[in-house]
Amino acid sequence: MGFWDRFLKIDRRWVFLVVWIAVVIPLLKPLGLPTHITPPVKKLYDYIDRMEGEDKAVFLSFDFDPSTMPELLPMGVAIIRHCFAKKIPIIVYGGLYPQFVGMAKMAIDMAKTDFPDIVYGKDYVFLGYVPGLSLVILSIGESIQGTFGNDYFGNRLDTLPLTMHVDNYEKIGIVVDLSGSSIPASWVAYAYQRYGCRIGCGTTAVSAAQYYPYLQTGQFVGMLGGLKGAAEYEELLERNGIPTGRRTATIGMDAQSVVHLLIILLIILGNIGYFYVRRRERRA
Amino acid sequence: MRRTFPLVIAFTMGLLMMIQYFIPHPISQKFYKIMVQQWLIIISIFFYVFAWRSFGLYHINKIKRRKEGWWASVVAFVGVFFMLLAGFGDRIPGGIGHFIYKYFNFDDLYNYMFAPLQATMFSLLAFFIASAAFRAFKARTMEATLLLVTATIVMLGRVPLGASMWKGLPKVVEWILMYPNMAAQRGIMIGVGLGMIATSMKIILGIERSYLGGE
Amino acid sequence: MHISTNPWVWIAAILTLAIYSFLYKDNPFYKFAEHLFMGLSIGYGAVVLWYNSIIPRLWNPLAHGTSPSRFYLLIPIAIGLLSFGIFSKKYSWLIKYPLAFSVGAYAGFSIPVTFEASIFEQISGTILTKQMMATPWLAISNLIMFVGVITTITYFYFSKHHKGLLGKSARTGIVFLMLAFGASFGYTVMARISLLIGRMQFLLHDWLGIIK
Repeated sequence: MGFWDRFLKIDRRWVFLVVWIAVVIPLLKPLGLPTHITPPVKKLYDYIDRMEGEDKAVFLSFDFDPSTMPELLPMGVAIIRHCFAKKIPIIVYGGLYPQFVGMAKMAIDMAKTDFPDIVYGKDYVFLGYVPGLSLVILSIGESIQGTFGNDYFGNRLDTLPLTMHVDNYEKIGIVVDLSGSSIPASWVAYAYQRYGCRIGCGTTAVSAAQYYPYLQTGQFVGMLGGLKGAAEYEELLERNGIPTGRRTATIGMDAQSVVHLLIILLIILGNIGYFYVRRRERRA
Repeated sequence: MRRTFPLVIAFTMGLLMMIQYFIPHPISQKFYKIMVQQWLIIISIFFYVFAWRSFGLYHINKIKRRKEGWWASVVAFVGVFFMLLAGFGDRIPGGIGHFIYKYFNFDDLYNYMFAPLQATMFSLLAFFIASAAFRAFKARTMEATLLLVTATIVMLGRVPLGASMWKGLPKVVEWILMYPNMAAQRGIMIGVGLGMIATSMKIILGIERSYLGGE
Repeated sequence: MHISTNPWVWIAAILTLAIYSFLYKDNPFYKFAEHLFMGLSIGYGAVVLWYNSIIPRLWNPLAHGTSPSRFYLLIPIAIGLLSFGIFSKKYSWLIKYPLAFSVGAYAGFSIPVTFEASIFEQISGTILTKQMMATPWLAISNLIMFVGVITTITYFYFSKHHKGLLGKSARTGIVFLMLAFGASFGYTVMARISLLIGRMQFLLHDWLGIIK
């Protein structure tokens, strides 16, 4: 058995080890590579930024659970920080499945540390879980108070200044949905098509490619795709002097670069081995 | 009663919810509001019994029959009760329930147990995708080569290292995503949309009945 | 290096390592962590459902409400309660009623919006306008997009053999599909690695305090 045969049949745990090293080293010794801003992220950032001083709120829906937390949580934190800094009222919604609620709570707790003057009920409201999936999206179009009744903490929504004023999509400037599934498509279908509410999306890298048709038609105002999208949003906050806290997405991008390079190398080596063995077998 | 009536209900509800979209009359609006905001959401609350029943049956069965790894099913139940007690323990005076509620914060259980467990479980995929890329991602045909080359360009172009190698790379990737990728995704989207509409019509007309249980 | 003194962080780190032990081989630590996760998920869902949905949507209006119309809520509650029929072999057919009610309604209200979001808007976005041909590069790009959409759809048209013009078009569609799948694969690698980076950041920053 030659070198390439042995190489192609290498125990996969060696590959695991190399991947682990490729992630850990750049985290320990960052490369500090610059973040390039892409148009879909810039568009979403600018849209939210322009809402400063308007009479409308941002509705941020956390439609993800911890399985996609490293990619989507930094997006949620960054958008909440953006709204807090610009005093844009924000309704944080705990999402269409019960396990999503904890993610929204985590993001609020992380974001509010640098904004002590933010007042709950006036500057932001946290909505909990109501079953029904797309029904909830439709129901918000009729009445937020009627859909949820109470906020996550059990306060009646008709007693909170923000939800007394914002009760449906008419007073919502944009819905930003953070999700790694097909839920953003439901927001487009039910909130945008039916009620005309503008939609922005933060999605995992896995799903990003499939949402480009929505960007081209304008059904999405903008989109954050994966850890890179989150890092770009963090970068935009930084450039505009908004406190970002620990930039987890940006920190992770160095490791992302190195592992991508490693995987490309693995693919090349795998192919060299494959063609070498195939050519030898054909000759034989 | 057991078969025809549910089909009549599905037909009626489907038809009414579909046509109300095109009728802005106050009665139609009122019907829509009551259905969407109250009835359907309230009915959805009860659907959780299906999930709880399957979870309970699967694990009770495993424990009863002492199947391999049955002890893990006991752990699953411990997890359920731990979370329930952390959530509802304040309603139980004294005892273990109150103890758990007092010392194990509900949010902490989510942040430091549930979230790390699920996040780590999915992060295992990073190792498996690297291994799969090495073993299975071969340029065997023209199509596979095209896929491989595009994947490589996207992988490089979406990280800062790619932009450091060649400044134009992010723009090339954005073009691939915005034009050829978008075209194919749109073709798929139109196909899926037509499929969804056809399935919905089949449900309303009673042709598709599998959701009612094996018919 | 500032190792965390928070016991919760230690619990999270130990559970994280228990899951990673699967990379070596399947073992009882992994099984323990996996099943604990399942249980916690079900329990968490139940508590959130109770406080966020059952209390404000069912209990409060009925027990504390004053509007006479609140009793109408008893109708959907009665329909929903039929779901409990699943616990009895004799009455399990009762679950067909709430299912038919909901699935029928979902099917009904999804048809018009799916037409708009996935068909009309997408077709309208594919039609080449003057604006889309403003510069030569934009014109070429949009022409490629136009050809891509048409040929991809023809690839999925299975009512006729892929021969002649249809065959050529379908084969071109495959090229676009491969480009899209390649882009998706590249992105998928990115997503999976991000998840690992997230956990490593937790271990190295939150737990061990090695990185800032």
